[in-house]
Amino acid sequence: MKVTTDKINSNLVKEVEEISGQKVSACFQCGKCTGGCPVVGSMDIFPHRVLRLAQLGLVEELLHSRTLWICASCQTCDSRCPRDVDIPKVIEALRLLLLRRKGGNRLHPASLSARVLANAPQQGLVSAFRKYAK
Amino acid sequence: MPVTREGFEPLIVAFCCNWCSYAGADLAGTSRQPYPSNVRVIRVPCSGRVNPSFIIRAFQRGADGVLVAGCHPGDCHYHSGNYHARRRFTILKQLLEYLGIEPERFQVRWISGSEGAKFSAVMNELTENVRKLGQNRKLRDAR
Amino acid sequence: MKRTGVFICWCGSNIAATVDIELAVAAAKNMPGVVFADQNKYMCSEIGQEIIKEAIRSHRLERVVVASCSPRMHENTFRKTVAAAGLNPYFLEIANVREQCSWVHKDKETATAKAIALIRTAVAKALRNEALFASELPIERRALVIGGGIAGIQAALDIADSGFVVDLVEKEPSIGGRMAQLDKTFPTLDCSACILTPKMVEVAQSEKITLFTYAEIEKVEGYVGNFTVTVRNRARSVDMSKCTGCGDCMLKCPVKVDSEFDLGLVKRRAIYTPFPQAVPNKPAIDREHCRWFTENKCRVCEKICPAGAIDYSQEDELMTVKYGAIVAATGFDPKKLGNYGEYAYGKHPDVLTSLEFERLLNASGPTAGKILRPSNGRPPKNVAFIQCVGSRDKAKGNPYCAKVCCMYTAKHAILLCEKVPGARPFVFYIDVRTPGKDYEEFYNRAYEEYGATYIKGNVSKVFPDGDKLLVRSVDALSGALVELEVEMVVLANSVDARAGAKELAQKLSITTNAFNFFNEAHPKLRPVETHTAGIFLAGTCQGPKDIPETVAQASAAAMKVTALLGKDSLLSTPTVAEVDEKLCTGDMSCLVVCPYGAISEKILEERRGRETVRRKVAEVNMVLCQGCGACTVACRPGAINLKGFTNEQIMAEVEAICL
Repeated sequence: MKVTTDKINSNLVKEVEEISGQKVSACFQCGKCTGGCPVVGSMDIFPHRVLRLAQLGLVEELLHSRTLWICASCQTCDSRCPRDVDIPKVIEALRLLLLRRKGGNRLHPASLSARVLANAPQQGLVSAFRKYAK
Repeated sequence: MPVTREGFEPLIVAFCCNWCSYAGADLAGTSRQPYPSNVRVIRVPCSGRVNPSFIIRAFQRGADGVLVAGCHPGDCHYHSGNYHARRRFTILKQLLEYLGIEPERFQVRWISGSEGAKFSAVMNELTENVRKLGQNRKLRDAR
Repeated sequence: MKRTGVFICWCGSNIAATVDIELAVAAAKNMPGVVFADQNKYMCSEIGQEIIKEAIRSHRLERVVVASCSPRMHENTFRKTVAAAGLNPYFLEIANVREQCSWVHKDKETATAKAIALIRTAVAKALRNEALFASELPIERRALVIGGGIAGIQAALDIADSGFVVDLVEKEPSIGGRMAQLDKTFPTLDCSACILTPKMVEVAQSEKITLFTYAEIEKVEGYVGNFTVTVRNRARSVDMSKCTGCGDCMLKCPVKVDSEFDLGLVKRRAIYTPFPQAVPNKPAIDREHCRWFTENKCRVCEKICPAGAIDYSQEDELMTVKYGAIVAATGFDPKKLGNYGEYAYGKHPDVLTSLEFERLLNASGPTAGKILRPSNGRPPKNVAFIQCVGSRDKAKGNPYCAKVCCMYTAKHAILLCEKVPGARPFVFYIDVRTPGKDYEEFYNRAYEEYGATYIKGNVSKVFPDGDKLLVRSVDALSGALVELEVEMVVLANSVDARAGAKELAQKLSITTNAFNFFNEAHPKLRPVETHTAGIFLAGTCQGPKDIPETVAQASAAAMKVTALLGKDSLLSTPTVAEVDEKLCTGDMSCLVVCPYGAISEKILEERRGRETVRRKVAEVNMVLCQGCGACTVACRPGAINLKGFTNEQIMAEVEAICL
């Protein structure tokens, strides 16, 4: 991981801010989000570091992170953030960045088994497609 | 007799000038820098006020070590008192040595009002050194 | 033997937790002279003081010993208490059983033994205390302020406003100080000059303030209310009464020297005012560089001056003035960066100190307020700001925090974004410290609204790379290495005490800390006084601080000065030396060691049988004597003694402490 002038000035940071409507620069790294996250144990990059890497333009590193798919958007962090940053929205924006790329979809209707299709509640399927596909 | 518990605890008398070293001793207290409890301070206005006879009297009355502490050279509240002290006590030290008092027993140190840690370090060091020398028997009154 | 009362304070648990109070009271009751002993949770409280007063009355006490905190804390409190009960205040002695006993010892048994020894010592001294009386001193109703920066200006204005006469002495040819060099001020971004220059003009116009620029303190004698100060008015080589301040001389002078005010970013002439808004706006000739003084030719300024104000024959003048009070407001110097080769300062023109950057921002600075790279005159896009340069660095800088850098760096980042569209500030920090009203919000704006990138990591090295600079560091928050290509590097260098601060402190007989900042009398409760009565502190000469704090301290110092000058008279210390004329042999060893000139010769006429014999003895001036006691030791016959610390008292203490 290396921070360079080009990366910090890259459009990726601006895109994340545009999509999420959040100012990633507002975060001052207090760590409260990570401290209260109920699923942090399964994350490879903690929520506060997601914000930090985004601030430094290290967005590519974030896109390969498992954290994006672990985050349940439960809003615990958002409800406690002293800088008023909606972190799930930032993570959502990072997911969208990836999904919008060519071949970025993580979930195809064809990959779903008949059992899932038969048993999963309809709302669950809608949510899954909203989260994992363009 | 000095405070005795296990083994020998030397009695140290420290003459501290009001402006620097006494304040340094107070700061050692405020910042909880411990030193042995057999160190006892007499407040004087200036290290230049300490008459050599006070020191000799302290040794006569059973002090095992004596310290004179004043402001650092150049910082004397009264301009020059510590310079007079320095000259006087250089000579007194020779006299004490001549009388058979080990030079370690009598020390002159500059301790400023901001040097609480130094005050307790000096006290710990002096106590340790005097403890090694044992009791002052040379000038002690036969009582 | 005098009837003595001993009062032992618990100080809550501060003393009582380590010293067995009951045991100490019992021991005190058995000490020689002690007729009464008592204790209280807080002896300094009203209830505690009432106990003392009541005991003095009911037990007819003649001497009082209080075993409590340091006499430096409450000696005066308890002196007032015993005085209120009708005793002479100097009948009181304090045994310091808190700072020098309970707070430094843990073992209750030995600490109690020591406390008892200290009480015994204080009793032994108290038994020999005599009634002492203060005498009255006159007060010179004129104040001296040393240093004409914002601190000195504010102090002088406030003192003048209270109706007292003030002399303001400034080393440079103009007042204004460091604040005059600044562009905008945090957190409101007011223009520094806009708020400072009106105050400078007010100083110049005040009837109560006399301004001495290009002047330095030569010598300080005397004591509170009665200082005698010698000021050196350096030869300006310009007749101030004739000069109109037209400035023609400064245009024609052929000698160019690095401007101190602009930190060498531009040149000034040998005849100069430091900056265009100077007060007084009249130039001085820098004799070290002037061609007339160095090479004996030129005299262009003399020819050009329409007022005939140039006077090469001027000489330094010493003036001696009496003052009642002195305010030291000598400010700070930005740290010199000789030790910090890794930042390429001095090796690459685009590496600047923060004060140099400040001059670039300033509309009257070398670039007329445009941020341009010194190397090529073009605006930079990416700028690295490195904080804590020479601060928080015990290895080769100052171990302390310079306090103002976090805020001015946030200001620089904001001003960079405002002045250079599209520019990116990168701030390398160790911690960001922004306590203060509206300060955190200001810093938040720097990164939130202006997009300054804050990187937690000290820059390891700046590499000049062609016309760019490569900055290497790490972002300690993410663990990512940082390698930025920037066009300008700004170093937030630390705040040092002003060069010469130590020497001035010695002249004033005030103390400094290890870094030559002047010491206040108490870090919390007496922040503007010094240990020398009548000398007060304002601004950064006491330690790094920003403008609001400086101004607040200056006003506080001014208040202390006016409170002092407003008194009818001062009470002198009664603990002064005293000569026993019967014993004095007149060899005058005392006179030699007295630092105050308080001892003089006196001729006594005595009858010896039928003859009248004239005999020389020493005499102490009670007003001049400050009670140091140096004379008492120098005196061979032991004829001179110090009241309050007599030979007998100290000997009694020695005997009691060794028991």
